[in-house]
Amino acid sequence: MTSQRSRALDATALTLGFAFLYLPIVILVIFSFNASQLVTVWGGFSTRWYAAIWQNRQLMDAAWMTLKVAAASAAFATVVGTLAALALTRYARFRGRTLFSGLVYAPIVMPEVITGLSLLLLFVSLGIDRGFWTVTVAHATFTCGFVAVVVQSRLVTFDRSLEEAAADLGATPAQVFWRITLPIIAPAVVAGFLLAFTLSLDDLVLASFTTGPGSTTLPMRIYSQVRLGVTPEINAISTLMIAAVTVLVIAASLATKRSAAAH
Amino acid sequence: MEPPERPARGAFAPWDEPAAQPLVVFDGVTKRFGAETAVSDLTLAVYEREFFALLGPSGCGKSTLMRMLAGFETPSAGRVLLAGQDLAGLPPHVRPVNMMFQSYALFPHMSVEKNIAFGLEMDGRPRDEVGARVAEALRMVKLEGLAGRRPHQLSGGQRQRVALARALVKRPKLLLLDEPLGALDRKLREETQFELMALQERLGLTFIIVTHDQDEAMTMATRIAVMDKGRLAQVGTPPVIYEAPATRHVAGFIGEINLVEGTVSGCDGRRVTVATAVGDLTVADAVDSVAVGQMVAVAWRPEKTRIVRGGEAISNGRAVISGTVHDIGYLGGRTTYHVDVSGLRLKAAVANAARSIERPLGTGEAVKLAVAPDALLLLVR
Repeated sequence: MTSQRSRALDATALTLGFAFLYLPIVILVIFSFNASQLVTVWGGFSTRWYAAIWQNRQLMDAAWMTLKVAAASAAFATVVGTLAALALTRYARFRGRTLFSGLVYAPIVMPEVITGLSLLLLFVSLGIDRGFWTVTVAHATFTCGFVAVVVQSRLVTFDRSLEEAAADLGATPAQVFWRITLPIIAPAVVAGFLLAFTLSLDDLVLASFTTGPGSTTLPMRIYSQVRLGVTPEINAISTLMIAAVTVLVIAASLATKRSAAAH
Repeated sequence: MEPPERPARGAFAPWDEPAAQPLVVFDGVTKRFGAETAVSDLTLAVYEREFFALLGPSGCGKSTLMRMLAGFETPSAGRVLLAGQDLAGLPPHVRPVNMMFQSYALFPHMSVEKNIAFGLEMDGRPRDEVGARVAEALRMVKLEGLAGRRPHQLSGGQRQRVALARALVKRPKLLLLDEPLGALDRKLREETQFELMALQERLGLTFIIVTHDQDEAMTMATRIAVMDKGRLAQVGTPPVIYEAPATRHVAGFIGEINLVEGTVSGCDGRRVTVATAVGDLTVADAVDSVAVGQMVAVAWRPEKTRIVRGGEAISNGRAVISGTVHDIGYLGGRTTYHVDVSGLRLKAAVANAARSIERPLGTGEAVKLAVAPDALLLLVR
């Protein structure tokens, strides 16, 4: 009796909680299929706005730019983050280890506004033209810490005797890394890459600070258009972004699970 | 290429030949980890075709010694030589030594076949040679049907065989085995011990095995090095280690032993009499020279003790100790008696040679223990 009531209570709380979190997104997705020009009035089901965004040159350019930045920055962050994780797990004691690990993880907790502003000051003082590369570097500095966390969690359970066995059988340190270490930690590295890609995809703050003319990313384009009023097109492109992020996050968590399952 | 015939085990004793060149030499090797000394000024020679066991409790430095030979640790002082060549500065991948790891360290992302082929591929061997040698190695460890399996699809015994095949496929001069049978259950372990011995003799290789299991070392080894806190306590053949232990530590570590402390009361050449809590005991042939008044220990093995009822007579010449039976352990093949003698508990093991269900002695019964003088050991250290 009591357990039944408490179960009903649990279910209600859970429903309300999820509704609070996801109802706005559900509404956005529903209205992206609205036939009406007016955002808040339902005019029947239609996919016309999905067709329309292909015609919207500015949105398409921004989407393409975002994908390029995400791919480049995630690749860069994956290499740097994996190397940082290797250094932190393999060399238990080196001068400045605490400082180093602090520096790797600081961008995760640092307010993005501050990271963005400081990077902007850096690029300005160095006289670097802001554009694709500055946004990419900004995103990589922010996301490589996440990659390091994911890869490090795999490396701490890595059996070092596997590497010793490979060396014992005649593998040079480079061969040990490419043939043994990397294949075994690969799922974690992939998960780190996907996480970095996702983080770059939906970043607005860092991009706003570090971008230049002609390098507007999709979140920036959406934000600037919304200030002039929400159009059904924005709903459609946002829905596509939600879909992309969802797929990537699921893929990343599957990769992490595989990495955990392989010992 | 058949390996040349090795003489029978009884005649194989290169360590006694002054002209024999050792395969492995540890020359005054010390290894420190921070403030801790794992191996302390250790000198040891291992000869070709030996099955050499490093035996000791965990933390005695035996694994560190092996890891220095494989190249995973660098000595803090001293030299490690292989076939006369100083190994200093040689990284593991160029040493002609292979190791079988305690955890087996099989590559989880590779099949059995790929695991075994790994070492040959690293050497850049042609593909058909790799295939042929892997097939041969699989046959050797009787795993022909499992070439395509991944390590996690194998049983513990099968994994152990894959690890062995992988370490042997490169035909190393020297194979190091780190607790190779530790993860197997008892029955499988005993079978595998004999298989390893047969394999080592057939291939004519030199094996160095690290183990904490005295039975394993006694069964397989040509010689045993007993280690204690980073030092060598004794090196010798299994019978020497068992019948003539050099120290109290070795005597207590290998097999069961009765050990009684006392003071030397008489000394006539190698005949030494010791006054102990269980009476005067006379050792027939003491190895170490001692002086009257010196503190020593007298030890003997339980199975070299005769046990009779208190009233029975004992043939002369034996040391006789009277006591009462505290406990009886019946093990089928033999019976172990725990006998209380003036505050000490001594053990006597009797082989159950005759088929009899009744027990000859009961607990609480007064008994006499008799030990022949040549069964007694004098231990100074």
